[in-house]
Amino acid sequence: MNLTLRVWRQKSASARGRLVTYEAKNISPDMSFLEMLDVVNEELIDRGEPPIAFEHDCREGICGACGFMINGVAHGPKRATTVCQLHMRSFRDGDRLTLEPWRARAFPVIKDLIVDRSAFDRIVQAGGFISAPTGSAPDANAILVRKEDADLAFDAATCIGCGACVAACPNAAAMLFTAAKVSHLGLLPQGQPERSARARNMVAAMDREMFGSCTNIGECEAVCPKEISLAFIARLNRDLLAATFRGRGARNAASPSDRTPRAAP
Amino acid sequence: MTVGATSASLVDGRLDAKIPPGPIEQKWERHCFDMKLVSPANRRRYTVLVVGSGLAGAAAAASLGELGYKVECFSYHDSPRRAHSIAAQGGINAAKNYRNDGDSVFRLFYDTVKGGDFRAREANVYRLAELSLNIIDQCVAQGVPFAREYGGLLDTRSFGGAQVSRTFYARGQTGQQLLLGAYQALERQVGLGTVTMHTRAEMLDLVVVDGRARGIVTRNLVTGAVESHVGDAVVLATGGYGNVFYLSTNAKASNATAIWRAHKRGAFFGNPCFTQIHPTCIPMSGEHQSKLTLMSESLRNDGRVWVPTKVGDTRPPDRIPIGERDYYLERKYPSFGNLSPRDIASRAAKEVCDEKRGVGPGGRGVYLDFADAIARLGEPAIREKYGNLFDMYERITGENAYRVPMRIYPAVHYTMGGLWVDYNLMSTIAGLFVAGEANFSDHGANRLGASALMQGLADGYFILPCTLADYLARIRADTLDAGHPVFRAAEVEVAERVRRLLAINGTRTVDSFHRELGHLMWDYCGMARNEAGLRHALRKIPELRAEFWANVRVLERNEELNQSLEKAGRVADFLELGELMCIDALHRTESCGSHFREERQTPDGEALRDDEHFAHVAAWEYTDRLAEPNLHREPLHFEYVHLSQRSYR
Repeated sequence: MNLTLRVWRQKSASARGRLVTYEAKNISPDMSFLEMLDVVNEELIDRGEPPIAFEHDCREGICGACGFMINGVAHGPKRATTVCQLHMRSFRDGDRLTLEPWRARAFPVIKDLIVDRSAFDRIVQAGGFISAPTGSAPDANAILVRKEDADLAFDAATCIGCGACVAACPNAAAMLFTAAKVSHLGLLPQGQPERSARARNMVAAMDREMFGSCTNIGECEAVCPKEISLAFIARLNRDLLAATFRGRGARNAASPSDRTPRAAP
Repeated sequence: MTVGATSASLVDGRLDAKIPPGPIEQKWERHCFDMKLVSPANRRRYTVLVVGSGLAGAAAAASLGELGYKVECFSYHDSPRRAHSIAAQGGINAAKNYRNDGDSVFRLFYDTVKGGDFRAREANVYRLAELSLNIIDQCVAQGVPFAREYGGLLDTRSFGGAQVSRTFYARGQTGQQLLLGAYQALERQVGLGTVTMHTRAEMLDLVVVDGRARGIVTRNLVTGAVESHVGDAVVLATGGYGNVFYLSTNAKASNATAIWRAHKRGAFFGNPCFTQIHPTCIPMSGEHQSKLTLMSESLRNDGRVWVPTKVGDTRPPDRIPIGERDYYLERKYPSFGNLSPRDIASRAAKEVCDEKRGVGPGGRGVYLDFADAIARLGEPAIREKYGNLFDMYERITGENAYRVPMRIYPAVHYTMGGLWVDYNLMSTIAGLFVAGEANFSDHGANRLGASALMQGLADGYFILPCTLADYLARIRADTLDAGHPVFRAAEVEVAERVRRLLAINGTRTVDSFHRELGHLMWDYCGMARNEAGLRHALRKIPELRAEFWANVRVLERNEELNQSLEKAGRVADFLELGELMCIDALHRTESCGSHFREERQTPDGEALRDDEHFAHVAAWEYTDRLAEPNLHREPLHFEYVHLSQRSYR
């Protein structure tokens, strides 16, 4: 199959970007989207033109490195699928596809389709953990976890940190990402002591990183390659509300009074 | 000096593994007591550089930071959470015996030594089995959402040929959940200021001053800046080198550069030819293939492997009657059947495909059929256990494995070889520690399923914090800085190499060389090896390397994000490492575990060890001539698990 690609090319963070058109020829439907780009890049190099920079690593949909917009949709048209797992059989011969990087104030473009997502790491630094110093753990079976809770915590924990939720959100909010981590840890007995502080500190970090606010649009859930549920955002809001009223555990947090709870679905 | 202490492991050219004395079940505990400690007030005076942020690296950096050392951690990714440990699917072993099925530390130790076909160190393996208990405790405390029973207790399953149910798992994403646990512990330390994280920073050289590893040189992958970092010790936790084969289950960026640079600075390379070929991967679909995807071998618990009995049978699988199917693993290995160890299952698949009984495009595939399991347990039960794997299979192949059998074929998965380390995980360079897949230590000639996660975390959480302390306690913190001439010289070398790669401006892309190297390695140093093939590869690889340095095309500049340049540096190192792997495979004229020399097999085609000549670790020393490395042998002694021929029949 043959396709026409319009690709965002931007040499560096400070350079101006623009869309450049390329033809992708003789593409097999069995190729992944990134393998199709590999083919385009090999041809570009042969012609002496700089290849398209895009982030990728495991190509199994689990590392979260890859991701860009295909015709305005984060990770492209197939549900619950990262671009590395998206195969060309999802497209038709002659399709015109526009590829752009994630667009968000908190994710500045580094080059072409690559953006800087280090803001996510800083949100985790603010509280996305359980403080369990190495060596201090009790026997694993000393902590009982209801299977339903463990399964729901797992569902939240499957987030791969790709940033599609932010890219899809008209407000460029990081609520689904943050809510997934707050829910994963807050559903487990081990996560209870830090539960309030976690919600408060992670939300404060989200604000510092200039992510937008949630207005319950749900685009995040629609594009999430791991199908993380919007219901986790409600859970985050409950934790945040409880933390605000309780006023406890505000360790290292920005003043809680400077924000109101997020809308809940 | 205490026996087993972290002093030089190379004395008069003889390797000393520093295995502590005493009964095996007491070695580690006694060693921990014998080792020196660094007082809490002094720890901040020591800087430890940790390269890599996967399970071993993140666990080590978090634990060392927590203890009070100054830690700097490096990753070429945009975030430590991308490390390829994240892709491990199946599970992690621990000898908890929660199932009352006769498991014990000794049994896990025994299984691992035997599974490794008697080419691993007993003392290391025993320690690994012991620490498996602490790892599960630690991970649960961190909030890793392992699978649970309805009573709230942890669930386990039998995995990869084990006859006890000791594998803990988080659906098909155990590696992801364990890595995120370690990542969160690491980010917590970053937030507390004990660890400085350097992302998008690739280590391109190791700096050795006065015989001790004192730092690294990195390239900033966004700006191209070449930078030195000084420390009192260096930990390499940079993963395996399976991508020397181009196609493997590794992530695209996984590479050998850090360990290969360290090797060229004096760290010996242990058993480089020991490569695990994983039996259950999705077959290639064409020449465009950029990587191979593993399907967790937990699938073999319920899937049955078969091919048509007749050569060239192209009927769809549901039209082939039972009587014309060859369930070859069940036929050849009745007691283990579909759960035979990885090396055996892989070779058996190659054999039936070599006989032209393979299925799917190109004939390099075998069926993994769930029809019987679905009939017995129902589709919902299968979906509950393996749903995400079936979904992944459908995304990649477009086929629904609930209706038609999966097609699988072996692929390069894990490298048991790596930098040689002693019992303290220290390489032959003082102060250079190596952890996780990057070292050669615990898996011998074949790694058992669900053992890699265990080893990475044992090294990072529990072993390095003790052995590094002992090393640091014996050195004196000094004021060495990056202005030292050895650092300056290393920076110049790194910059010069980058300049050379950019200046060639030839006609072939980096990937085209990598693919060609991969073909050579797979054909001659893959699932089956023989002398003629290895000698052929040893002629071809240097030719390819010479062509690479004369004809590779790397566009754009150093002073920007340049993915072709990153790849070129890594492939240049693979082109050297590939040669060493073939040299090692040629030297080892026995078959053991994953290393199958066609000249050495039993009449029914099984691997035949030669314990008289090869019960040793081959540790290779770099000499300026790539074709003539020096071989050092570390003899292996088996006091607790007696040498025997593996039999899975």
